[in-house]
This record gives sequence, structure tokens and C-alpha cells, in this order.
Amino acid sequence: MNEPTTKQPPEHHDFIHSEAFLHSLMKRQLKLSIACAAAFTVLLLGVPLMNYFAPAFMAQRVFGFPLSWLVLGVLFFPFVWIISWQFIRRSLRLENDEVREAQSRK
Amino acid sequence: MFHSHTLLAEASTGIDPYILGFSLITVLITIWMGFRSAKSSKSASDFFVAGRSVSVGWNAAAISGEYLSAASFMGIAGMVMSAGYDAIWYPVCYACGYLFLLLFIAGPLRRFGAYTIPDFAEGRFDSPLFRKIAVIFVLFIGFFYTMPQMKGAGLALAFIIPGLPYWVGVVLVGAVITLNVALGGMKGITLIQACQYWLKMFAISIPVFVLLAVYGGYGKQLEMNKTPHEVVAPIVVEKTLPAKAPKDENWTSPFGPMTSKPAKSAGLTPEAQRPYALLYTYSLIVALVCGTAGLPHILVRFYTNPDGVAAKRTTMWVMILIGVFYLFPPLWGALGRNHMPELYNGLAGVKGTDGTILRLPQKAIGGVWGNVLSGITCAGAFAAFMSTFSGLLVSMTGALAHDVYGRILRPNSTPAERMKMFKVFAVVCGAGAILLGLCVEGFEINKLVGWAFAIAATSYFPLLFLATWWRGITMAGAATGMLIGGFASLAAVVTTMVADQLNLVEGVPQNALASFYKLHPLLRTLAEQPAIWGLPLSITLMIVISKATKASIPSDVRMKMLVLHAPEALGLKQEYIQEHQGAGH
Repeated sequence: MNEPTTKQPPEHHDFIHSEAFLHSLMKRQLKLSIACAAAFTVLLLGVPLMNYFAPAFMAQRVFGFPLSWLVLGVLFFPFVWIISWQFIRRSLRLENDEVREAQSRK
Repeated sequence: MFHSHTLLAEASTGIDPYILGFSLITVLITIWMGFRSAKSSKSASDFFVAGRSVSVGWNAAAISGEYLSAASFMGIAGMVMSAGYDAIWYPVCYACGYLFLLLFIAGPLRRFGAYTIPDFAEGRFDSPLFRKIAVIFVLFIGFFYTMPQMKGAGLALAFIIPGLPYWVGVVLVGAVITLNVALGGMKGITLIQACQYWLKMFAISIPVFVLLAVYGGYGKQLEMNKTPHEVVAPIVVEKTLPAKAPKDENWTSPFGPMTSKPAKSAGLTPEAQRPYALLYTYSLIVALVCGTAGLPHILVRFYTNPDGVAAKRTTMWVMILIGVFYLFPPLWGALGRNHMPELYNGLAGVKGTDGTILRLPQKAIGGVWGNVLSGITCAGAFAAFMSTFSGLLVSMTGALAHDVYGRILRPNSTPAERMKMFKVFAVVCGAGAILLGLCVEGFEINKLVGWAFAIAATSYFPLLFLATWWRGITMAGAATGMLIGGFASLAAVVTTMVADQLNLVEGVPQNALASFYKLHPLLRTLAEQPAIWGLPLSITLMIVISKATKASIPSDVRMKMLVLHAPEALGLKQEYIQEHQGAGH
């Protein structure tokens, strides 16, 4: 087994290695992820609640489907695709911003 | 086993040439592709992470191909047929679990760059011990997940060749895949799995379109079943359901036979059952969504992407590919209920509702075309368990050859030696999976998969989530949370299985465990679906123990977090590797 390095890694003092950069990096990424997760979670946990508290509403027929079946078995998938597409678009933009910021302050 | 010759002779009557032909072609093409790609898989990196150069399109199809297992292809349609609405949570959460993977884990994990999850575990905490714990979990979840695939193989072959014993299918399919993995490693199976995705997509969709053309659309199929709020069904259809089938109103509405089973067996009124059913539903959702995000054989795939951006794009495409696929199994379930209700009387397995997809076209369309369509769905079923099993085998073999042999037993071994060991371990794991597969004939496919998800959701998911987003986590905290959370959930699930299995034995008076669960529907619900308490338990333990062992946070944690989160264009990864040369990253 390789021994863990005992020597301390060299100290860096530029912006990329600063606490401030890491903090803003993680904060912005986590904010975006949590916003997307929240949109998803509201629907995911909301469907059983609707089924529980408004069973007659969820049982009404839409194109032959009971509404609850249409929402879960069909419409849920496109909804998740939209969230993930939005997330990828925004997170790529975020990464580009981060690179530009880091390089301009080097 | 000694009577296999007579069994084969008996079996040879009643074989359908189309069904046999299509299935045989699938197996032969898989073997041929394995040999072909074996020639181009040369380096160790080809074997472990497909040279880390798989394009987004191929990789997305390969991940989807690997993910859509026998449980997805046959099991979900069977469950929707037998349990109705509640079973739709399975396909939805199988598909949506990927969103959590995308939002929180996919990008950072790929940026960190490692061959396997144990690599990440060691690299993140600088702890060789944690690598060993992670390896154990990879193998554990992997073997749990292979059992239902093996069972699917045994059952499907018994359907194709009636009378063929269960073990023949298990041994045959196991041997073919083991050969493929040993020859081509990860690079070999990527191409095969990608093709198998498209085969499965074709096999589940084309026959359904034919059936819909004959019987009317999706909406019409559901109109044949009335909801609890309708006195008579809008279209009155003559259908005589066997006594074992759930009634229309239980089948179409939420909180039906599956989620309310613990409360129902306690003798509660339908109104009193509903809160338990709601709790069951939520716990199932947590297990499936978080379990998907923590399955090691899916996670290892992210390392085959060229970079973090590609990892994200791949996840997006995987969600589209599997989402489209998962539209179909519930439709099959509805078709099966309306047009082949006699399956309700069968035992579990292919003779029961699990066999809907294989049998319905043959029975409903009839004639040569019915057999051709059933042949196509059989080929799809073969592709399903073969691709998932090969993915599992690669991740388990990778864990043994790369982590156990290459890092723990013989750290100084050459890449050539490790490749040789990869082949040896592939055969060992394949043999182990075949042996386990022979033992699980009596279990339900989806139940077995549920175990794997419950363990993954309460062990790997919290580990990956906290290790990528929280600097304060320590090795002791992560390991304690993962072990206690994972094993407590597993133990809870196993108690319910034991209670059920013992009750099936005739002549034995009802066992204490079963009667205990009958009196306590809340505990039974929580034991059958442990994720809703297992995940918080695991996360709490990780946080509390990490706070208590603050001193052991790796000293360069800031650099690790930068590598996990900073865009790759900044080149921090290269810097990190240089500073840690020889440290096992």
C-alpha cells in the first residue's frame, strides 16, 4: 500500500486557491442544484399528497386516463427532462463565468 | 441434473421457432460483438474505464442499456398488472433518480477522476481503510443486483423451451456474459450495451403499437377500468377477472393493494389504511430515487466520460432514453389486465404476471405474426438481463482487480498483471453470480431489486452527497453512517422477508415475527420500506461522528473540494495529481 504523503503540499496564494473562490464556487453551484431539486421535489412529493387529499379530483378522466395516472405515468417524464435541460444549460454557463472570473483575477 | 437429457428431449416439443430464433440471434450477436471488441481492448484503461473516451451518445445508450434490467423489462409490466397505479412509482423513480445524480453527484465525481468508487472513497479521505469498506459495499450491492438478473434468465429460457429446467438458463446466460467481460472488459461491453438498449427499446415499443392498433389506445385501455368515483365504467367491456385479480377501483386508484398491504393484513378499515399507504409510498420514493443515485455499477460509468461537461450531457440523454422506455411497461400492464387476465392465476415468475410481455403478443395477435412479436419481446428480455449482468460483472470485477488486487494485495503489480487478474476475477465473479442465481428461484424479481436499492439509498447516496458538498466529513463519520445505515435497512427488509417466507411453509403455525408485524402495521411498513428512516439515520450519524472526529479532516480538504467543484478548464486536477504523486490517486 502506498503511504499517504507526509510532505505538506506547497502553499498557493493566488485567487484560484483562495477560500473566497472556493466558497463562491460551491455556493453558486449548490444554489442552482437545490433550486432544480426543489422544483422536482415539489411535484414528486406533491402527487401523493394530491392523491391523498383530493382523490376525486385526481380520479377524473382526461383522454380516458385517470388524472393521477396521466400525471405520473406520462407527464412526469417530460417535466423532469425540462428541469435537467435547464440545469445543464445554467451550470455550463456558470462554469464559463467561473473560468473567466478566475482567469481575470489571476 | 442427471436427468437433463430426458428433460431436453421432453422440452423439444412445443418450442416456437420464431421465439427460439430471435432469442438465439440476440445471444449469438452478443458473443460475436464480444470477440470483435476483444481485439481492440488492449490497455488497462480500456478494461476499467473504456479508455475514458466514450462519446456522449454511445455512453448514454450504454448506461441506459445497462440500467434497463430484467426487472424493468418484464417486472414492471407484471407489477402494474398485479398492483395497478402504485406500481407506476417504480418506473418513474427509476428514471427520475438520475436527476439527483445529475444535480449533485455526476459533475463533481467525474472531475475528481478515479477508476472506481473505492478510488473516490480513498482519495477523498486519504484512507486506505475506507477503500476496503467501499469495496465490500460494491460487491455486496452488486451480488444482490445480479440475483434477479440470473432469475430472469432462468425464467425466460424456461418460457422459450418449455420444460427446460431453471438452472440451464442461469448457467448458459451467466457463462456467455462472463466470457464477454473477460475478453473485452469495459470497452468491450460499452458497445454491446449501447446496441442492447436500442434492441430493448424496439422490443418493448413495436409489439405494443401493434397491440394498440388492435385494441385501441392507451386511454381506452384505462377506460376499461373504473375508478372508485365512477359507478359504472364509461365503456362497459366484458372482461371476467379471476378472483386473484385486484378489483377495478383498487387497481386504478392510488394507495392500492401494494402500498396498503401492511395495513390491510392488520385488519384495518380501508379509510384507516390510507395513512400507512401514504407513508409506504413516500418511503418507496426515497428508496428508489436515492438508490438510483447510489448504485455503484451506474456510478462507475461516469468515469468513462471524457470530462465533467460530457458527464452532465450524458446524464441528460440517459434520462431521455430511459424515460421514453418507461412509458411503455405500465401500458403493457394495462393491456395484460384487459386482455390476458388468466395470468393472474399463475404463480409468480414468467407463468404469472411477470410473463405479460413475453406471452401477450402470441396470445392476442395469434398466428405467425403473434409468434414473431413474442419472439421480439423475448429477444428484448435476453438483452435486458445480459446487459445489466455484464455491467454488474465489470463493476464487481473492477473492484476486485483494481482495488483489491491492484491497490491492497499487490500495489506494485504491472498493468499487464492487473489486466490478467481482471480476466481471472471476471470468471470468479461470474461463477459466484451463477451459484447465487441458482438459489433464488423462489423470490420475486422486483423484491430482490428492492433490496439492492434500499442498501444503496442508505449507504452510498449519503456518502457521495456529503463527501462532495461538505468539507467537514471525516472517514470515521462516513464509514459509520454508511455501515450502520446500510445494514440496519437491510436487516429490516430481511425480517419482513423471513416473516413472509416462513408463513408459506404449510403445517408450521404462524411465526411470532409474522404475528408481531400483523399487530403493528406501522412497523411493518417501515421495515418493508426502510429508506424513509434509513437515509436520515445514515446522514445524522455521518454528521455527528464527523463533528466528533474533527481532527481527522484531511489537511488538504480545500484542494480536494476545488478539484471536485472548479471547472476543469482551470487545470486544478493536473496540479493536484502532481502534488500527490505516489499517494495513490
